[in-house]
Amino acid sequence: MIEGLNKIFESRVRLGIMSVLMVNDEIDFNSLKELLNVTDGNLASHIAGLEKNEYIKVMKEFVGKKPKTSFAATALGKKAFQDHLTALENLLNQHN
Amino acid sequence: MQFKVLFNMENSKQHLEALSGIKDLMEKSTKFISLSGLSGVIAGITALVGAFLADLRIEHYLNNTYTKTRLEMYLSENLMEKLALELFVIAISVLIISITFGILLTMRESKKNGQHIWGKNSKLLLLNLIVPLIAGGIFCLILMYHGLFYLLAPATLLFYGLALFNCGKYTLGEIKYLGVLEIILGLLSAVFIGKGLLFWAIGFGVLHIIYGGLMHFKYNNKPQNA
Repeated sequence: MIEGLNKIFESRVRLGIMSVLMVNDEIDFNSLKELLNVTDGNLASHIAGLEKNEYIKVMKEFVGKKPKTSFAATALGKKAFQDHLTALENLLNQHN
Repeated sequence: MQFKVLFNMENSKQHLEALSGIKDLMEKSTKFISLSGLSGVIAGITALVGAFLADLRIEHYLNNTYTKTRLEMYLSENLMEKLALELFVIAISVLIISITFGILLTMRESKKNGQHIWGKNSKLLLLNLIVPLIAGGIFCLILMYHGLFYLLAPATLLFYGLALFNCGKYTLGEIKYLGVLEIILGLLSAVFIGKGLLFWAIGFGVLHIIYGGLMHFKYNNKPQNA
């Protein structure tokens, strides 16, 4: 951590995933992919990173015969994102 | 020293971009932001043309009904029915033209924004729009059933305004202001009975053109974020 910024959110995709999950209770893989405009593989690797840090939880269910994966932010993830936002805002206020 | 200032400036530009990216994503993932401003302008123009035509027809029939004899009174009753039918046709045409253009332009806009036209957010928007509108529509039919035609303009404006106000959470928030203005117009037109067509033309014509134009220039001239 430098100046309170969270290293995990340095990636645009990971920051994006958390932004979406802050305002949506849950979201499925394909909607997230379209919102962020990234490839399957790219999204999957960033999801895995966030899951490893326990910032998000992954839910798998079957809709009919199709598997559907959705994600939700954990309390830990929300706190980390909030802290990151505060740090960003503080930095901006310092410089301006 | 100079280098450090430059470095900081570069950094804060990055932070600003990150923050605006976060805000955009939050908005895009919870609201249907692809309602086209241009479709508002077209709906407004169509409504004004419709109101003008309606006014012409009303004038035409009123001039024909300054009649005295009983036979002519009877004829004028028939004329009133014809007028009501003509006004109904005009109103339905306005509605169909507005909705068609609205859907077409919104499809174009949502393609541009990469947003599904029939996704979670547009469904929420439609649901919140349609419940007050259906209630209003049925209420207007009941008013007509009771012959209270002079309350149609206030009722349509009021229910439409409430529907728009209700949608503020599910699309661009500015639509709330349009909703409030329609509600005020609806209440005013309930006071000034007989000026229904004028209020109707302002509410559905002029306000749509102004609001649609403002939204078009505010959001369509914005450079697209990558």
